[in-house]
Amino acid sequence: MADITNQSLNEIIENVKTKKVSSTDLTKAYIKNIESAKKLNAFVSTTFDQALDKAKQFDSKPNFDQLLPGIPLAVKDLFCTENTKTTAGSNILNNFIPSYESTVTKNLWDNGSFLLGKLNCDEFAMGSSNETSHYGNVINPVGDQLVPGGSSGGSSSALAADLTPATIGTDTGGSIRQPASFTGTVGLKPTYGLCSRWGIVAFASSLDQAGPMTKTIKDCAIMLESMSGFDEKDSTSINKKKEQYSKNLKDNIKGLKIGIPKEYRVDNMPKEVDELWEKGKKILKDLGAQLIDISLPHTKYALPTYYIVAPAEASSNLARYDGVRYGYRSKQGKDLIEMYEKTRSEGFGDEVKRRILIGTYVLSSGYYDAYYLKAQKVRQLIKKDFDDSFKKIDAILTPSTPSSAFKIGEKTNDPVSMYLNDIFTVPVNLAGIPALSLPAGVDNQGHPLGLQLIGKALDEQKILNIGYAFEKNCGFKNEIKKWWS
Amino acid sequence: MSLDKEKIKHVAKLARISVDDAKVESLTKDLNSIFKFIEQLNELNTDKVEPLTSILNQSLRSRKDEISDGKIREKILKNSPKENEEFFVVPKVVE
Repeated sequence: MADITNQSLNEIIENVKTKKVSSTDLTKAYIKNIESAKKLNAFVSTTFDQALDKAKQFDSKPNFDQLLPGIPLAVKDLFCTENTKTTAGSNILNNFIPSYESTVTKNLWDNGSFLLGKLNCDEFAMGSSNETSHYGNVINPVGDQLVPGGSSGGSSSALAADLTPATIGTDTGGSIRQPASFTGTVGLKPTYGLCSRWGIVAFASSLDQAGPMTKTIKDCAIMLESMSGFDEKDSTSINKKKEQYSKNLKDNIKGLKIGIPKEYRVDNMPKEVDELWEKGKKILKDLGAQLIDISLPHTKYALPTYYIVAPAEASSNLARYDGVRYGYRSKQGKDLIEMYEKTRSEGFGDEVKRRILIGTYVLSSGYYDAYYLKAQKVRQLIKKDFDDSFKKIDAILTPSTPSSAFKIGEKTNDPVSMYLNDIFTVPVNLAGIPALSLPAGVDNQGHPLGLQLIGKALDEQKILNIGYAFEKNCGFKNEIKKWWS
Repeated sequence: MSLDKEKIKHVAKLARISVDDAKVESLTKDLNSIFKFIEQLNELNTDKVEPLTSILNQSLRSRKDEISDGKIREKILKNSPKENEEFFVVPKVVE
């Protein structure tokens, strides 16, 4: 039999259902792949023995009616997993073993899958290149000098390298979509509130949202269906009926109105990104969609707004790491205050410290109105831009990122240049709406590039449908040579 | 506006993160370039704009004030860097 891991999740599920492959053989194949891909550094920890036990249990009593029957999955190490170490890419959680399971991972397991391991990520999901992880940077399977994107860099790398059939990440400002774009894979940031935040290590609570990262749109629909749903334990969870995204997937997009925002054509954008956008427009037009020029006038203020709102929320969320109840504690410190200060200084990395300091400053007495309140007002304007546009269109098409994957170390000395990577992804988080990054082509170095489809709140099905039609007509194939094994 | 070293030390104190002098230098440079970027927002007049405080068109749910969990002291203490049988242990606070 051919490589059983070099396929889409949907094909693998079919193979399990038709008994072409057992869950045990599938799990063993992934374990073999993971063991030969240590160079990529995609995993923080693995749970092979548990996974093999679960696979065996499945094979002895299979239930093929589940959405993810007997499927091993690795997930970002930001999701708390019961009795399995969860680090969030940080030294301060290097010994944290949750006594509970996050709701989204529990949903995945309830649909028949089980944990294969925990994937590396930027520390507390703060980063766009996976270089801020305490557990070392992750390599992009596309090329040994390239970052896999971030913060869900272990997830994108593992997925593109066939180390997991699908995975999940979190997206606060682009952390699913940008790594998907850098690795030629599909990534979806759902509507804020569609997937529970309960049990996910918090970064910026008004922006954080978990979502699927997959090889195909169909896979994305299957994963979203499996992980989403109302959760009493998340106060911002949306209470609505569960959708059958995969069953309802349609590739007819005739008559849909696609908005093209002029503000997404930024200075110094590589020609190839622009050409790819043109190609995307043509594909959708040929499929019968109508292209409509729109304006989202406050786009350029999204990143500055984000760099007030996100650090402010982070400084508050990360106040809990004090070395008392869990996590790392410094051996130094004569008194309680000094113990806190040393613990946090030794436990957090540079980027996390920077953001905590920004957040602390913008929330501090005398500065709140000038920064945080101002940012909340601009956030309103950004949301209104989208609300106004969606009165006349169905979805928006933009590039996912202003460039393809950059080199390791290229942007680490200049935080602002790193932040600019998220220029096309951040507005969506501020507005709480869903967006999909789908692989669409390569640049002149052969590195993948993605396009982004933005929908209105809870319109995941529509953007998945457009993505589905696009995927069938785009002709993109992710050709990754397995140079690491 | 620019952040000087003293200000950064003060903010670090508020955030309970000890920062040594060598680090203050690079932090000052980084934070000033980030704030310069952030302050683009001042170009916008937002006098008549309501701040966005919730992204959802729903108010937070309330729940009954009743115990739904409990008797998990052991589980909770298990992850503590230092504890005795019933308490988290911290450096001496009161002489």
